[in-house]
Amino acid sequence: MKKVLIANRGEIARRIIKTCKKMNIETVAIYSEADAELPYVKEADFAFLIGPNPVLQSYLKVDDIIELAVKEKVDAIHPGYGFLSENADFARKAEAAGITFIGPKPETIEKMGDKIASRLTMIEAGVPVVPGTEEGLTSIEAAKEAASKIGYPIMLKASAGGGGIGMIRCDDEETLEKNFESIKTRAKSYFGNDVVFLEKFIDASRHIEVQIFGDNDGNVVHLFERNCSVQRRNQKVLEESPSPNFPQEARIKLFEAAVKAAKAVDYVNAGTVEFIVDQNHQFYFLEMNTRLQVEHPVTEAITGFDLVEWQLKVAAGEQLPVKDQDSISSNGHAFEFRIYAEDPKTFFPSPGTIIRQYWGDEGGIRVEAGYEEGNKVTPFYDPMISKVIIHAENRDMAIEKAQKVFSSAKIEGVKTNIDLFHQFLDAESFKSGIYSTSVLGEWMQQQREEVSK
Amino acid sequence: MKNLESTMAGTVFTVNVAVGEEVSVGQIVMVLESMKMEIPMEVEVAGKIATILAKEGDFVNEGDVLVTFE
Repeated sequence: MKKVLIANRGEIARRIIKTCKKMNIETVAIYSEADAELPYVKEADFAFLIGPNPVLQSYLKVDDIIELAVKEKVDAIHPGYGFLSENADFARKAEAAGITFIGPKPETIEKMGDKIASRLTMIEAGVPVVPGTEEGLTSIEAAKEAASKIGYPIMLKASAGGGGIGMIRCDDEETLEKNFESIKTRAKSYFGNDVVFLEKFIDASRHIEVQIFGDNDGNVVHLFERNCSVQRRNQKVLEESPSPNFPQEARIKLFEAAVKAAKAVDYVNAGTVEFIVDQNHQFYFLEMNTRLQVEHPVTEAITGFDLVEWQLKVAAGEQLPVKDQDSISSNGHAFEFRIYAEDPKTFFPSPGTIIRQYWGDEGGIRVEAGYEEGNKVTPFYDPMISKVIIHAENRDMAIEKAQKVFSSAKIEGVKTNIDLFHQFLDAESFKSGIYSTSVLGEWMQQQREEVSK
Repeated sequence: MKNLESTMAGTVFTVNVAVGEEVSVGQIVMVLESMKMEIPMEVEVAGKIATILAKEGDFVNEGDVLVTFE
């Protein structure tokens, strides 16, 4: 592999460029008008304007991107995450043009992109799934009947949805009735598919996912788990590994289930099997993410591997760099904090120009920033502007290190959640490691109540 | 009456009202999309819509007038 086109932007494009440079692979970046000044555009060996700012006219232009890749004679396309990373049509078109798609087979992407199909596949493979419906619900009557069998509360979900979008909790028949049509409309508008289904709502749950990796020779390994339970608006803000308060016995079963899930779909390249875990440490398959994840640095920190390097090698036809599960170990404790350009109280976006960016004097931290001082954060893309990865010998030491980092880190020009992290790291619920997906919301509510007293 | 101005830069996702329509306080007249989030634009004072100055797909900046009232 000599030349790779990166069909993405920001920090993930920079991340991929970094490994490509290490491996002497040339990179081709694409950018929209709004992103012309971003660091990744300058760091790539070649960069091309792909279109105006809206994603449909730039980063999602499948044919234009393939045409550019052919013209530039690249060997492969790395889709990063988001955008076209889980677009089977894009993967197929790339392969048809003689370009390697760095990711799993298009059939795998397709099957796992459909939540109903993936549930069925996992049931067949013997992986536990959340009790729910096994087919799309065509009418409110069918939805009500299914919900009464499963028992409220339930989650109403778009089959094609992902990343916290296209799902709503319904506590009773009335809420289900109220939301049924609107979620179908949203599903159609966001994902082009209005099929919806129901799942039992698991209370006080955690989201724990397992990093898996497969090669073309059928080797599959797991690279341990990540706890992704600290969320806002159903989207992750902080991830950690190992997952605190999770017995080793359950952990081993989780890894076995994840590998089983990956093998059931002949998984190739990097992927994640996401589980919902209840208070008794029982886990259920939620979905499989057929791409590199935002939080992959957490796994890199505890294993010492470069996952992008693994991706490039596997895509080039090589076997996994380490095939023997027993020789892969997890060391210390790692956190990833997602820094968003948003109001930390309302979580509303905060576009603007980054005037100052300072990460403090604490050494040994990894910062993956998509922007530099002077860069404009525009309203067109995701609000995540950077990630801070902290690794230490154990969880307490990692928290302490993170507290030092966030006590002096600063970003000026846009609002961010840096101070929110600084305060949240002191929350007893977080420090104890006994927390569920509602931890951040509950803690914020508690803070508000204390202030109003 | 005061115009309704955008509180944020973003792309107009939906326009939920028509010229001549009576709107009440808190009614959502437009939904903007900014940084992959839907931001509702709500009416602060009840009134009748005189003009709508942005259509679906338009990009608006913070402070741009979205709607004027009679």
